[in-house]
Amino acid sequence: MLELIKQPWPWYVAGPLIGLTVPALLILGNKQFGISANLRHICASCFPGNVPFFQYDYKREIWNLFFVAGIVLGGVLAASFLANPAAIQVDPRLVEELATYGINDFSGLVPVQLYSWDSLLTARGLIMMVGGGFLVGFGSRYAGGCTSGHSIMGLSTLQWPSLVATICFMAGGFLMANFILPLILNN
Amino acid sequence: MQSPFIDNPAGFEARSQDTICINESHLQHKWYHNFKYLMVGVLFGIGFVKAEVISWFRIQEMFRLQSFHMYGIIGSAVATGIISVWLIRRFRINTIYGEPITFAPKKFNKGQVYGGLLFGLGWALTGACPGPLFAQVGTGASVVAVVLASAVAGTWVYGRFRDWLPH
Repeated sequence: MLELIKQPWPWYVAGPLIGLTVPALLILGNKQFGISANLRHICASCFPGNVPFFQYDYKREIWNLFFVAGIVLGGVLAASFLANPAAIQVDPRLVEELATYGINDFSGLVPVQLYSWDSLLTARGLIMMVGGGFLVGFGSRYAGGCTSGHSIMGLSTLQWPSLVATICFMAGGFLMANFILPLILNN
Repeated sequence: MQSPFIDNPAGFEARSQDTICINESHLQHKWYHNFKYLMVGVLFGIGFVKAEVISWFRIQEMFRLQSFHMYGIIGSAVATGIISVWLIRRFRINTIYGEPITFAPKKFNKGQVYGGLLFGLGWALTGACPGPLFAQVGTGASVVAVVLASAVAGTWVYGRFRDWLPH
């Protein structure tokens, strides 16, 4: 059994499990699933400044910070006890493309050749980690939610603005992965 | 109902942009009641890691249309969510504390387009949306803490300049 759990989970197991987060949070306390809101709560609790957007009682949202603390802990547990020792199996076309940029280490879930403290000091690493993170934080709040708040919670409740947001998430991702990222990786 | 939150009268809908800041329980619980949300997060985080949703490589495959995996996950997660929400509405299921479950409509604004596109660019760069970023830190990728800190900075800059942005 444990050997089976250690294998990568197929989409039809993981997808419904992720989807069940929606009713679980609703039934446990009428909470709406949304992860990027935590970034706002961190701002509101640590450095609200004089910004009206961060003037609210973040203590009432503390449940969500517990939820993301659980995600971190889930990552710890999965990596410690359920890790798959084999390298990730990716599409051969992606392997071929990444090889042209010198990326050939598939041992981690995060590409160790791109995401490391050393590469943080390179232009490529700085753009990907600091620039990418900034876009994720800025864009998700500007859009009023991220993949969890819009693409899962919003679509689950059949909200068309969330469909618009999801289509734009995908459009931005296609643009970056196919046209801009190759230029960045070539550096 | 009167809200304890201070809304921003001048700014654009400071609260409804995040439905999270609308649904407030009026029950008071001890702080340790929050551990039930932590448990949901643990299961969710394990699922993220084991399905390789947090993998930069899987996200690259998705945006290059080289794999069905991520589409299957998002599609079946949404299908599960739609069915669950339908059942909750149909049978008027309450929370475990007996409170009614409510849903706040999301209003359209241009931010969903502009912000959505910017988010998408960041998603493909980092290979992770906010949930996976937290899970990646848990798996021991300590440098992702920098990505998260930058995401917090991005959120702060949005909050500071939101009144200048088209919505």
